[in-house]
Amino acid sequence: MRKMLVIFIALLTFMAHPVFASGSSEGEVDVAEMIFGHIGDSYGWHITEWNGHHVTIPLPCIVHSSTGWHVFMSSKIEHGHEYEGLFLAEDGRYADKIVEIGPDGSQVRPFDISITKNVASLMFGSALLLIIVLSCARWYRKHDALEKAPGGFAGLMEMMIMMVHDDLIKDSVGPDHRKYAPYLLTAFFFIFLNNLLGIVPFFPGGANLTGNIAVTMVLALFTFFAVNLFANKHYWKEIFWPDGPIFLKCPIPILQVIEILGMFTKPFSLMVRLFANIMAGHAMILGLVSVIFVAARIGPVIGGSMTLITMVFGVFMDCLELLVAFIQAYVFTMLSAVFIGLSRQGGHEEATHDN
Amino acid sequence: MNLMLPDSGLLFWMTIIFAVVFFILAKFGFPVITGMVEKRTKRIDDAIGAAREAETRLRSLAQDQERIIAEAQAEHGRILKEAAEEREKMIVAAQEQARAEAGKILEEAREKIQEEKEAALRDIRREVAVLSVAIAEKVVRKELSTAEGQKEMVDRIFDELS
Repeated sequence: MRKMLVIFIALLTFMAHPVFASGSSEGEVDVAEMIFGHIGDSYGWHITEWNGHHVTIPLPCIVHSSTGWHVFMSSKIEHGHEYEGLFLAEDGRYADKIVEIGPDGSQVRPFDISITKNVASLMFGSALLLIIVLSCARWYRKHDALEKAPGGFAGLMEMMIMMVHDDLIKDSVGPDHRKYAPYLLTAFFFIFLNNLLGIVPFFPGGANLTGNIAVTMVLALFTFFAVNLFANKHYWKEIFWPDGPIFLKCPIPILQVIEILGMFTKPFSLMVRLFANIMAGHAMILGLVSVIFVAARIGPVIGGSMTLITMVFGVFMDCLELLVAFIQAYVFTMLSAVFIGLSRQGGHEEATHDN
Repeated sequence: MNLMLPDSGLLFWMTIIFAVVFFILAKFGFPVITGMVEKRTKRIDDAIGAAREAETRLRSLAQDQERIIAEAQAEHGRILKEAAEEREKMIVAAQEQARAEAGKILEEAREKIQEEKEAALRDIRREVAVLSVAIAEKVVRKELSTAEGQKEMVDRIFDELS
């Protein structure tokens, strides 16, 4: 019941968001800009607009340009202001990114490790994850866990951790699961928590973090390294001398090329799957909410009825996104575990022969 | 569209933060929890095994107990039977002994009676002899008081002797 209430409130606030956003564009609803503004990244954390003023949390920009390091708050370069030769590009290749004017007069992108909205959200999510898991681990240090099982939040976390650990990791990775379990658990809870934070529409949440290709790319790279750095002989043999007709691998290494390609397509699919699912979910919810404002311009009757329909769809989509948040974390972890399991499999009889 | 292009700044931060989070959680977070839960699972499994073992032992103990009770009951019956037999035997023996003793006593009594009887008879005989001698003396004295009687007497004795 409480959860439902939270979802409902969350949904209401989500709807409130575009109300103020639509006000700024002088009656014209720019759906595309609103959606891409949300699912993209920005230097400041735009929360809402109040009485014509943007309420934005300024975030630190850290830039290394041709004139050295610059650290300043994002509020310095808002509304086309220039700060130490740096400004936000209006359009072109680097639209909405910090650029400087190069020697030839063109816009040059400096080395930019600003704490953007996504980075801030990443930090917040990571800190939250650390607090959650470490406080849960603390329970085990404080109590005699052999005598009793935790209740409350630690019990919930234990249930989830053991569900992922036993159903996903143990079954997929195989006998060496102990070595990989921390990474896979971290990946699962990192993705799951950030997916959930992404659905929360107001300040600490709402960033499209796991729907950002850079984030999913790093996650996929971690899996790639976890698979390939600790793979056994059997795995490499399968890549460089796979089972198959000799003529397919000897003069022209067709199978080898396919296998090597497969090494990269696996993490690539992980990266794109997570990115596309979460990004599309955010875009869909925002699109549905935008329908209200588009319809409101047509007329009060259509606007009113459309609002009702959209509300229903919005609730449905949010519930769906809750499901997707879990499923995508689950799928990412499961596929990572399966890939790791494949890289460790088959070599055990060989290993015993070697030993 | 730049949605598909990973931003270098976010890549940088994501790599660092995720690596740090992973390091901390892998060191202090998940292994603690999973290790403890596995230990607890093992302990519960052990406890279940121990309980099962205790149950089987209890069952065998109960069986032992039943066996012992049955044995004790059998022993009890046997002892009772033996005691009864012994009693019968003792009674029979006592009766026999008593009978023998009684017989012996009777025999002795009979012998004694016989002896007494003989002694009595002997006394009677002696008494009778004395009496008869005395009677004879009186008779003889009476008969010999006269001369004819003495003569007749001597004649008869001569007759008898010849």
